[in-house]
Amino acid sequence: MTTATDTPQDLTAEQEQFDRLIAEDSRIEPRDWMPEAYRKTLTRQISQHAHSEIIGMQPEANWISRAPSLKRKAILMAKVQDEAGHGLYLYSAAETLGTSRDTMTEDLIAGKARYSSIFNYPARTWADMGAIGWLVDGAAIANQVPLCRASYGPYGRAMVRICKEESFHQRQGFEILLELSNGTEAQKKMAQDAVNRWYAPSLMMFGPPDDDSPNSKQSMAWNIKRFSNDELRSRFVGMIVEQVKVLGLTLPDDQIRFNEETGKWEHGPLDWNEFKEVLAGRGPCNAQRLERRRAAHDDGAWVREAAAAYAAKQAAKRNELKEAA
Amino acid sequence: MSESNASATRITPGNALRPEDIAASDVRPSEAVAEYALRLGDDALILAQRLGWWISRAPELEEDVALGNIALDQIGHARSFLTYAARAWDKTEDDLAYFRGEDEFRSTHLVEQPNGDFARTIARQLVVSQYQFALYSRLVSSSDATLAAIAAKAVKEVDYHRDHARQWVLRLALGTEESRRRMIEGLILTWPYVGELFEDDSLVKELEGTAVLPSSLRESFDAEIHGLFAEADLEVPEVPAAVGGGRRGEHSEHLGYLLAEMQVLAREHPGATW
Repeated sequence: MTTATDTPQDLTAEQEQFDRLIAEDSRIEPRDWMPEAYRKTLTRQISQHAHSEIIGMQPEANWISRAPSLKRKAILMAKVQDEAGHGLYLYSAAETLGTSRDTMTEDLIAGKARYSSIFNYPARTWADMGAIGWLVDGAAIANQVPLCRASYGPYGRAMVRICKEESFHQRQGFEILLELSNGTEAQKKMAQDAVNRWYAPSLMMFGPPDDDSPNSKQSMAWNIKRFSNDELRSRFVGMIVEQVKVLGLTLPDDQIRFNEETGKWEHGPLDWNEFKEVLAGRGPCNAQRLERRRAAHDDGAWVREAAAAYAAKQAAKRNELKEAA
Repeated sequence: MSESNASATRITPGNALRPEDIAASDVRPSEAVAEYALRLGDDALILAQRLGWWISRAPELEEDVALGNIALDQIGHARSFLTYAARAWDKTEDDLAYFRGEDEFRSTHLVEQPNGDFARTIARQLVVSQYQFALYSRLVSSSDATLAAIAAKAVKEVDYHRDHARQWVLRLALGTEESRRRMIEGLILTWPYVGELFEDDSLVKELEGTAVLPSSLRESFDAEIHGLFAEADLEVPEVPAAVGGGRRGEHSEHLGYLLAEMQVLAREHPGATW
């Protein structure tokens, strides 16, 4: 693998240019030369991110039909629709690295590509719409804000737009929980239960602990990743520990504390075995999520074929007209 | 979140009339106007409930976005019409959406028809968007200022829905053999429910100048459909009309299931706010 730590005599002029751009914290653009490993890492990361947006639509889309007020229904529809939009920008960003959206989609539905494990947990109640917005989108924002400065231009620019919408999503999630928490006993119980279920999975969204995250170092050297998993996780804990008080709810972790020495927030142990199990496909909803994506793709094949055939016929007609003229 | 922040969802673009404005205004419709607003609101609500299913299941991501947008527009129209109607009975949009029984809904049979495959959804979209476009184009001149204002916002949006449906009818009808077969089948399944949209009754006659007489929209609807079908090499299906009655609360078997799902959570927690 070519890395930024290669010895100078191995470097081509192109590699030197790439290294210089990275050292200056400048942007790499699609037409620039880049090491294969950089291209591969980014393709994997951006496509996984896109897949996460698309699979992540499902747990929330399930509640569109049952949203308990028309205003909430409209907001939820807009939110899930935004996620489809995010998937589209991200697939486009990944395509600039030379892999087609079709290939990425095929990899997803064949079960070869990964997406964020969090979406393999079920959204059992309406309060999950709040907890997903507050905790899952909140963790996503904590992860993604630094990605706005990622060295690969199209990715960084896509993230700027996505982060703006995500912060709206987080606010609306927070507001759902706030309303429930101030509501009836049953509503408050529903809210607390959802926070209890989504807390640990959302902390695990930042990825394994730093000493068990082999790819992080290279991503940081390439200015793709700016902060370590544990650093981001600690910041996120510091954020939600304050917000949960406003909600009038509690986090299911009595070991959260601010470490004066390190200046960092700490939390109780997380079940990394569960994380690995879900990642390996053995979570509560892995099979269901992929099946639904596959069904939508397969059932829609004839529609995409029709659109392509129509476009081809129209193009042929235009050519005929041109020749006749 | 304050109301002003809601515009970030594109639910309330620009300075258009919002349901919250209608709820806060002093204008109170007569019972008859409220009954009429219920019809328009229920059509939009039931259609939105059907279309929402496609979000995360559409043939391509661009269609998840497009059908989602259309559903969102329809929910917006439903909220405005229902909020206005609700004022006549000192109720809210949510009282009407979640706590009425099936026989109190005033939607037509067309909008409660199942999604079926994409072609059937597009056939339903074609009919409903052409109808709503013709209707709202006229309702902007209603003597009732609130109905006119809701229609002024809705007609611009429905114009896009109409374009979306027409573009897909062309693609499906002239695309592949399979898409053509499915498009024709979708139209056959949809056409029995067209007639009900254009039926007049005593309420709309009583509201002359306020309501739009449905029968008066038929000619422009037919002309637009014929123009499109000529281009798409399609024919208007010759199928018997279904027995309607939606405006009187007589619905097909589909509506009960749809409402059961839509209302379940709100009814589990009566009196709660969300």
